[in-house]
Amino acid sequence: MSLNELWFILVAVLFIGFFFLEGFDFGVGMSTRFLAKNDMERRVLINSIGPFWDANEVWLLTAGGAMFAAFPNWYATMFSGYYTPLVVLLLALIARGVAFEFRGKVGNEKWKGAWDIAIFLGSLLPPFLLGVVFSGLIKGLPIDGDMEMKAGLFDMVNLYTLVGGVTVVMLCLVHGLMFTSLRTTGDLRQRARKLAKKLLIPLAVLFVLFAVLTVIETDVFEVRGIILSIVAVIGVVVFLAAGYFMTKQRDGWAFGMTGTLIFLSIASVFIGLFPRVMVSSISDAFSLTVDNAASGHYSLKVMTIVALTLLPFVLGYQIWSYFIFHKRVSEKEHLEY
Amino acid sequence: MDPLFLARLQFAATTIFHFFFVPLSIGLVLHIAIMETMYVVKGNEKYKKMAKFWGKLFLINFAVGVVTGIIQEFQFGMNWSDYSRFVGDVFGAPLAVEALFAFFMESTFIGLWIFGWDRLSKRVHLLSIWLVALGTTMSAFWILAANSFMQRPVGFEINNGRAEMNDFFALITNGQLLVEFPHTVLGAFATGAFLIAGISAFKLLRRKDVEFFKSSFKVSIIVALVSSIGVALFGHQQAQYLVETQPMKMAATEGLWGESGDPAPWTVYAHIDPETGQNTFEIKIPYMLSFLSYSQFSGEVKGMNELQAEYEQTYGPGDYIPPVRTTFWSFRIMVAAGSLMILLAMYGAYLTWRKKLEVPHKWFYTAMLWAISLPFIANTAGWIMTEIGRQPWTVFGLMKTEDSISPSVTGGQVLFSLISFCTIYSILGIVMVYLFVKVIKKGPNAEKKSDDLKADPFAKEGYHVS
Repeated sequence: MSLNELWFILVAVLFIGFFFLEGFDFGVGMSTRFLAKNDMERRVLINSIGPFWDANEVWLLTAGGAMFAAFPNWYATMFSGYYTPLVVLLLALIARGVAFEFRGKVGNEKWKGAWDIAIFLGSLLPPFLLGVVFSGLIKGLPIDGDMEMKAGLFDMVNLYTLVGGVTVVMLCLVHGLMFTSLRTTGDLRQRARKLAKKLLIPLAVLFVLFAVLTVIETDVFEVRGIILSIVAVIGVVVFLAAGYFMTKQRDGWAFGMTGTLIFLSIASVFIGLFPRVMVSSISDAFSLTVDNAASGHYSLKVMTIVALTLLPFVLGYQIWSYFIFHKRVSEKEHLEY
Repeated sequence: MDPLFLARLQFAATTIFHFFFVPLSIGLVLHIAIMETMYVVKGNEKYKKMAKFWGKLFLINFAVGVVTGIIQEFQFGMNWSDYSRFVGDVFGAPLAVEALFAFFMESTFIGLWIFGWDRLSKRVHLLSIWLVALGTTMSAFWILAANSFMQRPVGFEINNGRAEMNDFFALITNGQLLVEFPHTVLGAFATGAFLIAGISAFKLLRRKDVEFFKSSFKVSIIVALVSSIGVALFGHQQAQYLVETQPMKMAATEGLWGESGDPAPWTVYAHIDPETGQNTFEIKIPYMLSFLSYSQFSGEVKGMNELQAEYEQTYGPGDYIPPVRTTFWSFRIMVAAGSLMILLAMYGAYLTWRKKLEVPHKWFYTAMLWAISLPFIANTAGWIMTEIGRQPWTVFGLMKTEDSISPSVTGGQVLFSLISFCTIYSILGIVMVYLFVKVIKKGPNAEKKSDDLKADPFAKEGYHVS
């Protein structure tokens, strides 16, 4: 395996980690709007992700940094090409981040209401926009011979990418509800379980729709047909298992299954892309690949050493922090936010 | 609208705003770590209360610093894609390491610190805040390693029309970094110190929670004194380095068009006319520029006209003189603010040493309150000088700002993002100041509101004081 391929995998791992982790706190953030019945429940929900969301978001920053360092052309083309959606993404992430911190600082209802909206939109828009962006990567975008992406609105937003965006939102929501069922108690926990189960049907419909559209709209099944078919079969099994565990009220296992679904979904995108990183709709020759978008060998080598040295520590203390806060959050406890 | 102008304006606005919060975070967390250490070592609850009270301000500030930092990482690719393509091989590495090493550390351990008062042992909790402090400082190191490459590119070779890294070690031992990092981080420590000292002084003036704020003042004034003197010393080092590596920036900082003469005098004040390339009026202190540049009272400094001619020889025709007035005045504003900080810190330390803090020093305490703004002014002016003084380059000698921009992004798009970011930042700024004032007014002994009481009054942890 070349270093270019290794870094492609590392970027994929960082995005998978991001969607797995921030996925549930996006889901919890969205559910504050309709799952919580009062201010106290909303606070319980926010506190259940309180110690984690910031570190979860760093996975996105690290993925961005890794793209910049390992594939400067990918980073440059994608970030400038998707300029306006990324502006909205940033606004959403900014509003959401400070909302967690600011919301509880003033007792006023209007104040809380305003930050509640920020938390809801800030948790809904990012997975949607990232879903749109990632489905765009495999569908193909107008990238010219100078690696410049000059995309109009409908290059970025169309039936395929919209379904992609909604699917990611739904996936994060179900994942977040399962996280809530793990971290809360009583009635709130029951409602989270119930809603998660109910949402499995629309999620299944979205998955099927997205898969069908992927066959029609993209070339990934032609390129990686066998492996993607295997992933799809595993996906179906995992999906059924998620339903089974939800029915049996085995929350931990069900959460594991929704997480696995996220893993498989994001991994499929990267499998479909490889060895390309962005597909050009103008000409195959203009697609960005792990070779023409990458940094030099020396840079990749240094980055590999640094990353492989640091990652075990990062994973170690992050897992440790989840262990420290494994206790359920309830109204009976002191709530920080 | 001109996309280049808008993109530059946006980068300047978002970076300046971001850099209000970053140094304050770095400075405050150091104080909180010191206070909690005193709590763990001495076992005195007062220090725990101090760590918690200043911690509240830190957390509000940290949140804004974090979210405004996301834009920073994204906008190289978004607005400066040609720059990112050209230097990503070198410049991207420190950014990735910053995320991997520093961001993960600070974000994970800040969560443990906030939520871990009752769940971690005292020592592990203390370790958490020190790791946050280490994370924030390391973050500064890596981003400054990237910035130092822009000031003085090292550890690279040009291959296939772009800069490729060939020596990572050279990148992180860049001479520029070795003077820029301590200068910036000490400035950050001073920023936190002056905030705590200023608020404490204000409270002492009002005679509120005197014991608490006296102790806070003591801790912060020591940090203020050490760091503000340190900033000046490393600033002097940096100036000497500048003469060697970016003489044009130095000449612009001095408003020096022709020869300086030997020994070179330092210009305190000048009417600069960049159109004609001369100063119509100047006030000078003899010998000072020689000292600033070489730590001795002799030596000549090159002027802009001579350097312009040299650069045209090396880099081809073009205008290599940065905006002189901005560079000149931002340097003087920085030095003035820094000098005031040193004087105030010295006097405050003197009062502390002579145990005179409780005697009312109305003028001094009022001055300290206003002095909260000084490090912010100095930080901002310093960065304006550094970045404006590097123009027309983004990477000195390698790539010009006008060639760095994203070709596929239109002026309209940048206008949209500029307005959006400025709007949301204005809201954040207002809300943050409002929350700061609220927390400060309440003071360290504020009772928790009743809805924070736990529902079960008989539970072991039934009442949580925080």
